[in-house]
Amino acid sequence: MADEKKPVSIVEEKKAKKIDYRDMTTCETTLQMLRKMEADGTDNSFTRAAEMKPCPIGADSACCKHCFMGPCRLNAKDPYSKVGVCGATIDTIAARNFARNVAAGCAAHTDHGMGMLDIFREVVNGKIEHFKIQDVKKLKSVAESIGIATEDREVMDIAKDLYAELERTYTQVEGEIPFAKRVPPKTLELWRKEGIVPRGSMREIMELMHRTHMGVDQDYDNIMKQCSRTALADGWGGSMVATEISDILFGTPSPKVAGVNMGFLKKDQVNIIIHGHEPLMFEAMVVAASDPANIERAKAVGAKGINLLGMCCSGAEVLGRHGIPHAGNFMSVEPVIATGAVDAMGVDVQCIMQSLVKVADCYGTKFFTTNPRAHIEGAVHVEFHEHAPFDAPNQIIAMAVERFSNRTAKVVIPSRQDWGVHGFSHEYVNYMLGGEYRASYTPLNANIINGKIRGVAGVVGCTNPRVKQDYVHVELVKELIKNNVLVVQTGCSQIALAKAGLLRPDASVLAGEGLAEVCETVGIPPVLSLGSCVDNSRILIAVAEMVKMGGLGDKISDLPVAGAAPEYMSEKAICIGQYFVASGVYTVFGVTFPTVQGTKFHDLLFNGLEEKGFGKWGFSTDPIEMAYLMIDHIDKKRAALGISEKSERKLFSMDDRRTAEG
Amino acid sequence: MSRLVAFAAIQGAYNIVAKAEGKFKQAMDKYGPNQPLAFPNTAYYLPVIYSILGVKVEKLADAEEVLKKCRDLLPKHIKPEHNIHLPYLGGTLDSGMAAILAEEVVEAIRYVDTPDFYTLGEDCDPANGKVWLGAADDVIMRKRGVEFVDGSAPGFAAIVGAAPSPEIAKLIAEEYQKKNLYIFMCANQNGTSFAEQLVEAGVEIGWGTRLVPFGPDISGAVFALGFANRAAMAFGGVKPGDYQTILKYNKDRIFAFVNALGEVNAEWAANAAGAINWGFPTIADSDIPEILPYGVCTYEHVVSSVPYEQMTAKSIEVRGLKVNITEIPIPLAYGPAFEGERVRKDDVYLECGGGKTHCCELVKIAAMDAVEDGKVEVIGPDIKDVKPGSRLPMAVLVEVAGRKMQEDYEPILERQCHHLVNYAQGIMHIGQRDIAWYRIGKQAVEKGFTLGDIGRILHAKYHQDFGAIFDKCQVKIFTDEAKVTEMLGVARSAYKVRDERIEGMTDEACETYYSCTLCQSFAPTHVCVISPERTGLCGAYNWLDCKASNEINPTGPNQPVVKGETLDPKLGNWKGVNDFVFKASRQAVEKYNFYSLVYDPMTTCGCCECIAAVLPMCNGIMSVNRDYTGMTPSGMKFTTLAGTIGGGLVTPGFVGHSKYNVTQRKYMAGDGGLARLVWIPKIFKEEIKDRLIKRGEEMGIPNFIDMIATEENGTTEDEVYAFLESVGHPALTMESILG
Repeated sequence: MADEKKPVSIVEEKKAKKIDYRDMTTCETTLQMLRKMEADGTDNSFTRAAEMKPCPIGADSACCKHCFMGPCRLNAKDPYSKVGVCGATIDTIAARNFARNVAAGCAAHTDHGMGMLDIFREVVNGKIEHFKIQDVKKLKSVAESIGIATEDREVMDIAKDLYAELERTYTQVEGEIPFAKRVPPKTLELWRKEGIVPRGSMREIMELMHRTHMGVDQDYDNIMKQCSRTALADGWGGSMVATEISDILFGTPSPKVAGVNMGFLKKDQVNIIIHGHEPLMFEAMVVAASDPANIERAKAVGAKGINLLGMCCSGAEVLGRHGIPHAGNFMSVEPVIATGAVDAMGVDVQCIMQSLVKVADCYGTKFFTTNPRAHIEGAVHVEFHEHAPFDAPNQIIAMAVERFSNRTAKVVIPSRQDWGVHGFSHEYVNYMLGGEYRASYTPLNANIINGKIRGVAGVVGCTNPRVKQDYVHVELVKELIKNNVLVVQTGCSQIALAKAGLLRPDASVLAGEGLAEVCETVGIPPVLSLGSCVDNSRILIAVAEMVKMGGLGDKISDLPVAGAAPEYMSEKAICIGQYFVASGVYTVFGVTFPTVQGTKFHDLLFNGLEEKGFGKWGFSTDPIEMAYLMIDHIDKKRAALGISEKSERKLFSMDDRRTAEG
Repeated sequence: MSRLVAFAAIQGAYNIVAKAEGKFKQAMDKYGPNQPLAFPNTAYYLPVIYSILGVKVEKLADAEEVLKKCRDLLPKHIKPEHNIHLPYLGGTLDSGMAAILAEEVVEAIRYVDTPDFYTLGEDCDPANGKVWLGAADDVIMRKRGVEFVDGSAPGFAAIVGAAPSPEIAKLIAEEYQKKNLYIFMCANQNGTSFAEQLVEAGVEIGWGTRLVPFGPDISGAVFALGFANRAAMAFGGVKPGDYQTILKYNKDRIFAFVNALGEVNAEWAANAAGAINWGFPTIADSDIPEILPYGVCTYEHVVSSVPYEQMTAKSIEVRGLKVNITEIPIPLAYGPAFEGERVRKDDVYLECGGGKTHCCELVKIAAMDAVEDGKVEVIGPDIKDVKPGSRLPMAVLVEVAGRKMQEDYEPILERQCHHLVNYAQGIMHIGQRDIAWYRIGKQAVEKGFTLGDIGRILHAKYHQDFGAIFDKCQVKIFTDEAKVTEMLGVARSAYKVRDERIEGMTDEACETYYSCTLCQSFAPTHVCVISPERTGLCGAYNWLDCKASNEINPTGPNQPVVKGETLDPKLGNWKGVNDFVFKASRQAVEKYNFYSLVYDPMTTCGCCECIAAVLPMCNGIMSVNRDYTGMTPSGMKFTTLAGTIGGGLVTPGFVGHSKYNVTQRKYMAGDGGLARLVWIPKIFKEEIKDRLIKRGEEMGIPNFIDMIATEENGTTEDEVYAFLESVGHPALTMESILG
């Protein structure tokens, strides 16, 4: 009896603290489910966050646990008053902690990319039959971009060369990673001067881990160089390989009208949610869910069919590629289970809360881990094997069907469905601005130069129970588009905006006049959804293309662009932020920032890097303030480019034509 | 609301493609797959299809893959799901391209179905119902293309539909003419077309007046785009199928735009979308949705509700074109567009020269204090003193003075008289020196033209174009019989002295040649270098012209080139020239020879008057002029040859040159000289007959002119060889031309 009462008593405690879930999320369906969870007496990450204050020393990154003479804790209020046992200063400690975040983030994306490359190798070598090269055009363009000849060659020959070349992204010990060839020359020149062009991601992560071991690199500036090098090995390496190989194997996304939110769960169907990050298992799941045998199995127990949904970045991958509905972002994963309608949830890697096992158990949802890297205690592990890719999906479907036939939990499905346009790839952006014959970024640059578009902002990243879910994302983006800043999105952030209706073309009524006019011309929403968090590499390619098209300076740091991750929570986000900063982009984070203001390390991140020619970090928890940090930066870059003022249109004389290039 | 435009354009493209498919099927049934399909006299097949897709359509069946491509290009209709539409700009542009490609097939089928539908050549004959000219052939394209290259025509307006009245049509046309633009006309508005409105308003239409009536249907738009794309291939050296470069070339270098007059229907919208692929925006008089952001076009894409009086100015601004307008203090409209306009016999008020009376022109240097700038005197009877249809003798004497003026510049200024006078609307000028011929039309007289206006034109234009080389200029116009006879004597002795001086100039005695990169507006890697004995291949620039031009504009396209060390005197190769060429060609051309077509010949932009080619079997060379459209013994017509060597490429075995160059002493000197010449077209031979005879005498072969074969003797190497043997042509016994 006592055990049964326990959850109730927790709820009573919460009531005592007067938790208002309205302060925790702006997502209607999540709110509805959080209230249901409260009524059901189920614990969740929002309540845990409310109850657990972040460790104050850790939050300031003033704690060092890298050896066993400590852990040492410094005083963030008076950061230079003390040093660690070994003498490490606040700058060394914070830089080392930051570096470990970067290393972990890079490792996550890089391992994801490597996984994709593993499949690609098996496809190229003919050892896997179920997957094949679907986008030959993309294969060729990726190959050409790194100097592989494609003319008059067999597709498989090109693919073999591409595999061999891309493998260097990970394993190379000397030289430059292949995609360094895509970096604008002047930006690359700066990296070379600073000695931060990545050699291979394994080497960079290894070196960063070594350098942050006790008693090695104890100069925050030098640590930061390796941080940048490692982060770049993610953005222009692991993540970019992941994106490009996914496009080659599963097709490059192009826009489609697709739906987001819990309203896409269907009461009369077997609902299966795939959560995590890699597209692979999901792609197999898509095939398996449409297999007539599986559908029959579902129908046999009275279901009308199998309803597949995605969440988090796995969901973002297939949302843009296949238009498969997305049930919600990171902070909605626990609540969605409370609908009682989720018959099975399969997960692969990254951002999978351990609590899901327990929540799933509460609502009778079958919960599966599928990746050998990510088991969870208490979860059923059904390993996904790429050589027999339908085994795990079939098993999951079978278990889901079984659960459907024995649904015990009360099913409450929120009605809300939010439609929007998803699936903007770099290739499609090129196409949409000029069709097959005039595809290029020129119109984007031209309308930035003429001021209709003020600049471009990437708003990306997670959601985090320490801030009101989706709120900062949505308010920030609204303020940006109102000021004629075109917004590109990935990951959980784009799901927040999709739910707010900003991925619809008619959202341009919220945009400034100039941006709205461009949106109307092209037929796009003012906010473009680009894919999962590894697809931040699409933003890198986009900024490189903007530099190449001309008129906006000769390096990424010249561009009137900025980035933000307003509700981030993962180490991957830190790594992404750092690769944007190292590439030349001003990047603003919300929630919290792991440095102490007034320290030399903090100053390096927030000012010093920019002085060296990189981008820099910014921080704000307020969406409007964050928007103006970004807008001011964009205006600063516009001024430097000499495009702040509306200039007289240039009329071309014969002499102008004579001196024209090309 | 671009979405509405996109919707209409896509609908229109579906219509156009479907109709083209229908036409194609009917034609296949009627004529069979092997029916030849072509536009007249062009080496560029169906030029839009050839340039964009790289497909050579030669017979009907070849059009099938083109139409399939059109079908594939058609995007999905804009049909929102859940009230959300997908991006449409890319699809709209594709549907526009599909429409244009399909229309080219339709127009080509029309040439088979109705061979007389279009009138061949530059002139129409509205009186006999021959209004529409259809596709410009390569002769027209090259001749007119040169004007686009040198800037005398800065662009073209493609006018679709009809103005509300003939008067408004005339107003718009004259505005463009004054701004030197061409007008390409197509389509109709309820059966009324802009071209026919101009005819009704008494305006002369045709290539000569830059008012070109292409066709009565919207599909005629394809002729304008085909003209533009051939210019890109002919002068820009862009390879067929390299659509990206072709279209960028058009956006950056061919300043064209569309004026849609009257209600815009879906098919017009599709054509407008097609033109946007070229970077050509649409400016409309009707109230259609606008597309104002920049990018695919340089500036706006669609601008609407433009009042007629602002149509030309707005269009030019939207396209981003800088136009220099010439204001001349005479009562007539003035500009190059009026150069080609004729004054017919019945319309003549006064005629001078033309074999009926004496007429001459002379420009002379004079002392500063002997010239009163701007003074124009008419000595003898003027317009007011004669009746309509009269004739008078005339002598025009222009006296110029200035610190920089040199005797060398006299002929340059004098030669300008022809086109400068011709630019006046209603005045016709033919010839030069003592064969000059003036016709002053009744319409011009009605507007108040007097003979003094000739002087005012010359004074104003000389100052405008040559102000840097003289300070003062006065004009005397003699019509008094005795004075004219006196002036004629003075002029003829001046011509003689002048000719002898220029004849005496040699390349050896000259240390500084001049470059000409005028054509880099269209052929970015082509560089001409002009020496006294090798005039410009376009025929428009000799060494003195370049020298004067450099004096006038020291940073302009004509730069002095110190020839430097002589590397090969026979082939004509100098270090200084090579260095200059390498730099000015943007590193595309390392070196070339002045006097050889076998070894590293000079490049051509594509504007050359003639092309010479080796005839190996005859051990000689042939040369063909641009006006000759027949086959040559090289197995290629002029236009194919030009397609092979144009665009600034060094092409051993072929070289472009001017007509005049043939009789210059250094002509092909490196390969054996004029004695190598075995074949030229008859019209060409006629044209240079006198000088050719003279050169034959100099060479010690007085009957050399008769040894050169023409098409009458043959158009194959075998035939030419047989002829050469029969006349004992010297080339047959010279050392092997290929070395």
